[in-house]
Amino acid sequence: MEPVIVKNTKTVKSPVKTMKKRMLSSDQLLAIGFLLPSLLLIAVFVYGFISWTGYVSLSNWNSLVPDFSFAGLKNYDFLFSDFRFQADLRNTAVFTVLFIGAIIIFGQFLAVLLDQKIRAESLFRNIFFFPMALSFVVTGVVWQWLLNPSTGVNLFLSKIGLESMWYTDTNILAGFKWGKIEFGVPVAITAVVIAAVWQMTGFAVAMYLAGLRGIPDEVREAARMDGATEFQIYRKVIIPLLRPITVSVVIIMAHISLKIFDLIYAMTGPGANFVTDVPGVYMFEATFRGNYYANGAAIAVIMLLSVAVFIVPYLIFSRRKAES
Amino acid sequence: MKKSIWVSIVLICSLVLSACSSSSSGNGDGGDKKGSDKLEIFSWWTGAGEEDGLKALIKLFEDKYPDVPIENAAVAGGAGTNAKAVLASRMQGNDPPATFQVHGGAELNEGWVAADKMETLNDLYEKEGWNDKFPKDLIDMVSKDGNIYSVPVNIHRGNVLWYNKKIFEENGLEAPTTFDAFFEAAEKLKAKGITPLALGDKEPWTATHLFETVLLGKLGTEDYGKLWTGELSFDDAKVKDAVDTFKKMLGYINEDHSSRNWQDASQLVANGEAAMNVMGDWAKGYFVNDLKLKVNEDFGYVPTPETEGQFMVITDTFGLPKGVSNADDVKKFLAVLGSVEGQDAFNPLKGSIPARIDADVSKYDQYGKDTIEDFKEAKLAASLAHGSAASEGFLTKVNQAVNIFVTQKDAKQFVDSLKSAASELK
Repeated sequence: MEPVIVKNTKTVKSPVKTMKKRMLSSDQLLAIGFLLPSLLLIAVFVYGFISWTGYVSLSNWNSLVPDFSFAGLKNYDFLFSDFRFQADLRNTAVFTVLFIGAIIIFGQFLAVLLDQKIRAESLFRNIFFFPMALSFVVTGVVWQWLLNPSTGVNLFLSKIGLESMWYTDTNILAGFKWGKIEFGVPVAITAVVIAAVWQMTGFAVAMYLAGLRGIPDEVREAARMDGATEFQIYRKVIIPLLRPITVSVVIIMAHISLKIFDLIYAMTGPGANFVTDVPGVYMFEATFRGNYYANGAAIAVIMLLSVAVFIVPYLIFSRRKAES
Repeated sequence: MKKSIWVSIVLICSLVLSACSSSSSGNGDGGDKKGSDKLEIFSWWTGAGEEDGLKALIKLFEDKYPDVPIENAAVAGGAGTNAKAVLASRMQGNDPPATFQVHGGAELNEGWVAADKMETLNDLYEKEGWNDKFPKDLIDMVSKDGNIYSVPVNIHRGNVLWYNKKIFEENGLEAPTTFDAFFEAAEKLKAKGITPLALGDKEPWTATHLFETVLLGKLGTEDYGKLWTGELSFDDAKVKDAVDTFKKMLGYINEDHSSRNWQDASQLVANGEAAMNVMGDWAKGYFVNDLKLKVNEDFGYVPTPETEGQFMVITDTFGLPKGVSNADDVKKFLAVLGSVEGQDAFNPLKGSIPARIDADVSKYDQYGKDTIEDFKEAKLAASLAHGSAASEGFLTKVNQAVNIFVTQKDAKQFVDSLKSAASELK
């Protein structure tokens, strides 16, 4: 195909015409033809429905009978003054911070250990990575039994006097009254964090391990020549070099944790006093149980925006980097 | 190069073909309705017992009408909540199943009938002579503005207190019929280290279920019914009394209630860790079929405190949605469903009692016989927790309020949120 185009441009005199010819070259037509279906599908089924959801969230559609009259921000107003949604925001914030924090710490720690040229490294790698292959629903069911206050690990922990109510605990640590809720760290959410960290740490380990392997040995050699101890090498050299990986881990985990639904739904449900409820569960119940379609859409929009807070700066950042 | 062109042609062809095939099957008989002409029975009956009942019903229909293809489209899980979500999206998309399970009362009337999605069935009732075969109160529950919209297939009772016979005998206790007797027994049991009342509110409706039986006991059928029409306010003194009693009962429940579902709570009673449990009589099916316990030997039953002579009805019904292509076949199915034969094929297996008053009593176990007797004479009350008394939207709010109340036990706040939720009732 290429030679044909070259010939064409040679015969045509005007540069403008050359441009046009090039834009419509059969190669590009083919490319557009292949892209068009998926572009159309994404336009309709992703962006079209996002705008539709946004529109519904501003409507009065809160029963089985569709009612698209404009309601303004009424649904958002309701949500932010709702006990359950305030609890959801608290739980999501606490969950996200604990979850991402634990994953970064465990991920780096395990990756560094794996990077010590140990024997059977691939075996350990697989063990850490396998939970990733499970669905969150399976993880939820398993940990529901493990952390059940009357069975599971408590049978062992009671022997050493360390029983916990796990996800049925309704206490809130460091709590203070804020809005309608007690703001603080719900003890119950830590049980969910344990399950989520168990599942997702393997992913962070894999990413950090790839990052560690990408650091050339010369860097370490140079640091050793300068008399740095192994601990100093990690603290001052290796871990700072892993920062781009950490950014990626935070982005990926943040969008998982902000949208989490299946793990909570399978493991605890909304929980007593909504100590383990999250916006995803509320959205499902409001929309499909209570038929509050507009409220559900408003929750969906808030979830989208909260994820966008993480994703958009990342996209801008990585685009700038690609351009420079 | 050539190869890749061929590959893309094959891909495009297969896409086009699959698009064609799905649209051609939709237009199969020239009708404008989507889907085939199969008689699709939509329900959430997938558990032990209920699935057998449904199959027996379908078999009965197939014997009568062998030429009508029938399909069991049951959606599993979540005590019907998953099925309801699927149903809602199908109805919104104008792709209704031929007939679907719906609780009589508000779930039907304030839901699908109000949304103008159901056909009336007056002519079917007329033709089958059903108007005096179902109790009048029950027909009212499936009617709106004088039109009948569905056919009840079974009756479950909600206000049942199940108790462990062995525990009660060992401690010399009688099954409580008043709240005073309940608290007296609960206090004794607590002193012995036995959990008096089992609750499993991982799904919050179970706590709402307990609360509604207290409401019924304190208010009686008449005032209880007035709550849903707005004639009685939720800050009435009697409601407050019920809330305080409910709160007191919550002092006697198992500590791990929020990690259990209703089956897990029933299990506590079954294996003697807890003495009592308030649950609908599907719990009997669980005790007998799953846990292999014997009625009146291992476990006993009484109406929940102060609800003697009252009957919290949960009835599964089937109706005819608008816009189905095979309405005549659906009516044939509904006729079988409402017949004595149909009800007696389904209910003994499901563990419920028939909705008709002239069914064959000998086919039911002792609990069924007692309940059929009670059903004939008792005053009927619509269950809130199961969507019969008020709309799903109201129920969702009540469930949330109850869920908060079980932990915070703030009666004033609870009554306030019930009251503000009630502003949605007309």
